[in-house]
Amino acid sequence: MSENDTLSVDIWRGGEDGSFQTFHVPQRDHQTILDVVTYVQKKLDPALAYRFACRVGMCGSCAMTVNGEPRWTCRTHVSRVARDGKLTIAPLRNMPVIRDLVTDMTPFFEKWRRATGSFVPSATRHDPMASVDPASAERTAADEGIECINCGICYAACDVVAWNLDYLGPAALNRAWTLVNDERDADRTGHLRAVAGDAGCHACHTHQSCSTYCPKALNPTAAIAGLKRRTVEAALKGGL
Amino acid sequence: MKPPVATRGHPAYWAFVLHRISGVGLAVFLPLHFYVLAMAVDEAARLDRFLAWTENPLVKLAEAGLVILLAAHLAGGLRLLAVEFLPWRDRQKDYIALGGGFAVVAGLFFLLGAF
Ligand code: SF4
Ligand code: SF4
Ligand code: FES
Repeated sequence: MSENDTLSVDIWRGGEDGSFQTFHVPQRDHQTILDVVTYVQKKLDPALAYRFACRVGMCGSCAMTVNGEPRWTCRTHVSRVARDGKLTIAPLRNMPVIRDLVTDMTPFFEKWRRATGSFVPSATRHDPMASVDPASAERTAADEGIECINCGICYAACDVVAWNLDYLGPAALNRAWTLVNDERDADRTGHLRAVAGDAGCHACHTHQSCSTYCPKALNPTAAIAGLKRRTVEAALKGGL
Repeated sequence: MKPPVATRGHPAYWAFVLHRISGVGLAVFLPLHFYVLAMAVDEAARLDRFLAWTENPLVKLAEAGLVILLAAHLAGGLRLLAVEFLPWRDRQKDYIALGGGFAVVAGLFFLLGAF
């Protein structure tokens, strides 16, 4: 705990054209950003809107912008991010703000659909279990991307999304990459085709902001680089 | 009012900014370059006067800057090709540092040659 016993917390209020409101919150050991927001809502202003569910870093619903950087607030300790006892908490970037700290994540998930983020089965429940070699290159590549919790942090960190609201974004592309590497998927070319367009993998500028901020330490930039390679290979072979 | 954004302070983002700035800088320089070269065709005297002016140390310094931009753009382009066509490597920061170092060294060599 720092010498300051009270945190000065600027919290975003209102919609897109809202502004910051300052609250004073007692500082505690092991306090998370989500604890701070919860304190404000419980003790200072019950009208504050925010979102969370699991509080243990599994559900991906608590992401906010803390001091300008997207973070999962339930797993971010105040002691790590507060500067001189000050915090700025805003909604995630690149998504419409509903109110206060709550964003509308519809466009984010809509893009998962556009990137064909769902598995296309090649067998039925009556077939024997598929056996996938855990050491194969494809399985290893898919493994690196499957722990995504859909928190939207990478999407909020990405400037290409900010510049081109059509861009599928790191999370949806990372998901597509796991399916392109899934040998049980019946339409791997379909997944490639869905991400090969103008607003797909080739729009990425390799800023690596997504990989810098992903709380699960995934590397969407590497996944997107993989998609760039595979789409070019497929196009050269005439398979796109 | 807009909330602050603080997501751009890491090496891969700097590499992007440098690549963009050097790219735009070179795009502005090239037409001027061709314009001056074109003088050789029917304005040789004017070209000679211009070339005499470029012996000025300040111009040499600016040229070193140009060489650095060119080297930085070249290194950045090679890095991007590697990212997009070779298997991913986690040593991105090292490659960015190597590219930056290469650009500065190229500029220094130019200055050594120029004076
Ligand atoms: S690497 Fe690509 S997807 Fe990730 S933040 Fe940068 S531009 Fe966005
Ligand atoms: S890739 Fe990482 S940052 Fe992006 S949604 Fe998934 S868990 Fe969140
Ligand atoms: S509340 Fe579920 S990840 Fe933070």
